[in-house]
Amino acid sequence: MDIKAYIILSLVLFTIGIVGVLVRRNAIIIFMCVELMLNAVNLLLVAFSKMHAMSTAAKASANFASDAQIFVFFIMVVAAAEVSVGLAIIVMMYRNVHTVDVNFLNRLKN
Amino acid sequence: MSIIQIIFLLLSVMAVGSALMMITSKNPVNSVLWLIVVFFAISGHYILLNAQFLAIVNIIVYAGAIMVLFLFVVMLMNLNAETEPIKNRRLQLIGVTSGGALMLIIISAVSKIDVEQLVQINAGDSGLIKVLGMNLFKNYVLPFEISSVLFLSAMIGAVVIGKKEEIDIKK
Amino acid sequence: MNNIFKLVWLIPILPLLGFLINGLGRKTLSKTVSGFVGSAVVFASFVLSVLVFIQVKAGNASTIHFFDFIHLKSLNIAFDFKIDQLSSLFLLIITGVGFLIHVYSTSYMHDEDGKDFAKYFAYLNLFVFSMLLLVMGGNYLIMFIGWEGVGLCSYLLIGYWFKNVDYTNAAKKAFIMNRIGDLGFLLALFWLISKVGTIEYNQVFTAASLAKLSTFDITGITLLMFVGATGKSAQIPLFTWLPDAMAGPTPVSALIHAATMVTAGIYMIARSNALFTLAPITLNVITIVGLATALLAASIAIKQNDIKKVLAYSTVSQLGFMFVALGTGNYVAAVFHVITHAFFKALMFLGSGSVIHAMGGEQDIRKMGGLHKHMKITSITFLIGCLAIAGIPGFSGFFSKDEILAGAFSHSPVIFSLVLFAALLTAFYMFRLYIITFTGTFRGTHDQEHHLHESPKAMTLPLIILAILSVVGGFIGVPEVLGGNHWLASYLSPVVKSASHHLEHSTEYMLMGITTVLVLISITFAWVKFKNYKVSGESTGLGKILENKWYVDELYQMAIVNPLKSISAFFNNIIEMKLIDGAVNGVGKLVTYSSRQLRWLQSGQVGAYVLLMVIGMLILFFIQLFL
Repeated sequence: MDIKAYIILSLVLFTIGIVGVLVRRNAIIIFMCVELMLNAVNLLLVAFSKMHAMSTAAKASANFASDAQIFVFFIMVVAAAEVSVGLAIIVMMYRNVHTVDVNFLNRLKN
Repeated sequence: MSIIQIIFLLLSVMAVGSALMMITSKNPVNSVLWLIVVFFAISGHYILLNAQFLAIVNIIVYAGAIMVLFLFVVMLMNLNAETEPIKNRRLQLIGVTSGGALMLIIISAVSKIDVEQLVQINAGDSGLIKVLGMNLFKNYVLPFEISSVLFLSAMIGAVVIGKKEEIDIKK
Repeated sequence: MNNIFKLVWLIPILPLLGFLINGLGRKTLSKTVSGFVGSAVVFASFVLSVLVFIQVKAGNASTIHFFDFIHLKSLNIAFDFKIDQLSSLFLLIITGVGFLIHVYSTSYMHDEDGKDFAKYFAYLNLFVFSMLLLVMGGNYLIMFIGWEGVGLCSYLLIGYWFKNVDYTNAAKKAFIMNRIGDLGFLLALFWLISKVGTIEYNQVFTAASLAKLSTFDITGITLLMFVGATGKSAQIPLFTWLPDAMAGPTPVSALIHAATMVTAGIYMIARSNALFTLAPITLNVITIVGLATALLAASIAIKQNDIKKVLAYSTVSQLGFMFVALGTGNYVAAVFHVITHAFFKALMFLGSGSVIHAMGGEQDIRKMGGLHKHMKITSITFLIGCLAIAGIPGFSGFFSKDEILAGAFSHSPVIFSLVLFAALLTAFYMFRLYIITFTGTFRGTHDQEHHLHESPKAMTLPLIILAILSVVGGFIGVPEVLGGNHWLASYLSPVVKSASHHLEHSTEYMLMGITTVLVLISITFAWVKFKNYKVSGESTGLGKILENKWYVDELYQMAIVNPLKSISAFFNNIIEMKLIDGAVNGVGKLVTYSSRQLRWLQSGQVGAYVLLMVIGMLILFFIQLFL
């Protein structure tokens, strides 16, 4: 497979995530869009790791191509942590204002 | 068209279509379910790339744990299509336009690259649990341990935030 | 070199010390202490000055170097004192007369609060310090420091009763007029530095330095110096501040505005005589200005009714005499007149202070009269002063004035006759003042008459001493024609080289005779006219013009002050308010307006922020990739 196919796929997914963040107002959906963006990046990282596995340098070291996948692993770790805290915040917010509309929380304005 | 390409296209269409469904469905529960489909598609891509470990972890952690958590929260709040606030039409249009423009611009930039780089498909041992495990516990053992601390603190943070406040906020 | 020269620095430092003690301790010191400190330091300076004078008289003139004041690549200005015949003479006058006036002040100012009293003495000491610096300085810069210092003290003391707005205005007027003159002096110094590269007296007055100056340079420098002198010594056109300066306490008028500070201009020109001799144009200007001032001020003095104003105009007029002497190259006569004038004018000012003290602050001579029987000492000493200033033979004024007249005659008979006329006017108005004030009957209220008394010892004693000096002071300069040997001229000869004027002895006798007779006639005329003085109504014609001081103040107001005010108003209303304020406020308004517009971007909605971020990224990508 050509690497460009993966790049374009990741970009499309990533942009869908961005558009989701822009057009939706439900905090949970926005959060999910962020997860989608993370996953698009993960996919691209894995694709690049496999691209590097084709190179001659990869023959010398077994670890050469797996670094990017370790990186993906850590991204998942961070994402899991983030989700736990983020959802807690959303629950908290819902309990206080009984809505998950992000525009309702425009207190930053003043 | 080889079988690989067919599988790639199928998975890609599935991922993009599910992602679009996710951001367009009115009901948050549907969104969650569509996102799970996206994650499955991405896991399929991982398998195609012979990154078996990540494919499994993706399904277990994302599609399993995280998305269940989302679903749980959505159901807890009893959200449905009616609770979704109506967004300003013009802003939505601007959002879609600018997002699309961003995509186009990056794609056009990428298409300028004329080198042909191939990706190793369905082969190679870099994505195997054995290799990753060796790498992780040899070279990345310190970040790995630190990530455990991160999890602990995230857990504590979630508990602290989610705890019902004893003190009245108005006070 | 003598030991006393090692102590010369004490002469100015002592009054400075007094200033510090009185100035810093004004809230705690009692009147007795501050008065004593103020007088004692000046007396100590006087004693030192006498010792210095004795040394100089023995021929030990010297320049004492202390440290380098300004040290630049090509310019080296030292802080040193020049003790020679001229400065030692001025030291004596300043500290001597200054001491008497300090003593007098302890009594005159006794009604002031303890704090103000100490403040007064602090200022007076500071003045003495500055004046000493002025005359002792070994170069023009030190002189300039003193020059500014005395101007400051003059300002402070004129505005001593600063709660009265008129007095404050008089102080401001004096200060500003002086500043105009100071600018001229300063420019002269710059010119001198740029051409000669030094302002040390010892170096400037050498033939080598003078050779570096073209005629144009010398004329320019001396004219600018003369501008400085007109400011300080109250000559046309900068003389109007001096009469107004009488707002200060009377001893201040006596010390600063009669005896010492106003003679600073004379001192400066006498000190620079080597330069001035080379500038005949400047000398002519000085003569004309001095003459005009002498006549103008004398004519104004005739119609003034304020006792201090008469004396003030008399001072201006006498300073005019001195400038005539300078202008005719007769430097010694000018210095001589400075000395005698210091004695008799200080005497008369202190006498008038005594009168004002007795009258409870009244200064209008129309409300006085017949004071002779109430205050004999004041009256007699004042009469001596009048005789001296009028130039009655035997009194000090006669010798100095006669020398000026003789110098003028040798220069031009026209100048002589005009100076003589001014001298006759002097005699006339002084005796008018004396007759109206001290003889006849009292014209004030009954209360005032009841309070009339002779002043205390601290006031009469200086009067008596000054009266004696006014009588004998002239004998330091008895001309050869009267059998003297003119000690002053020979004493000053190392420093001041007067243009020699040799008149036939018979001519000199004739001049003296004419002068004396005319002065006596003038006095008699005054006696006849004012013997039975009655307060008359409004004067008309010339009298009115004179009463209003030739409308000089009004002229200045119209020609200089008002245009300046309108220009300032223009700058204030148009340039400042509209242009500058407009620009400043405009910037503020622009920022406010634009921020009010930009504020809509800050909606506080996260979605909008993200949208903007994406658009920003878009723009960056676009620029990076396609431009």
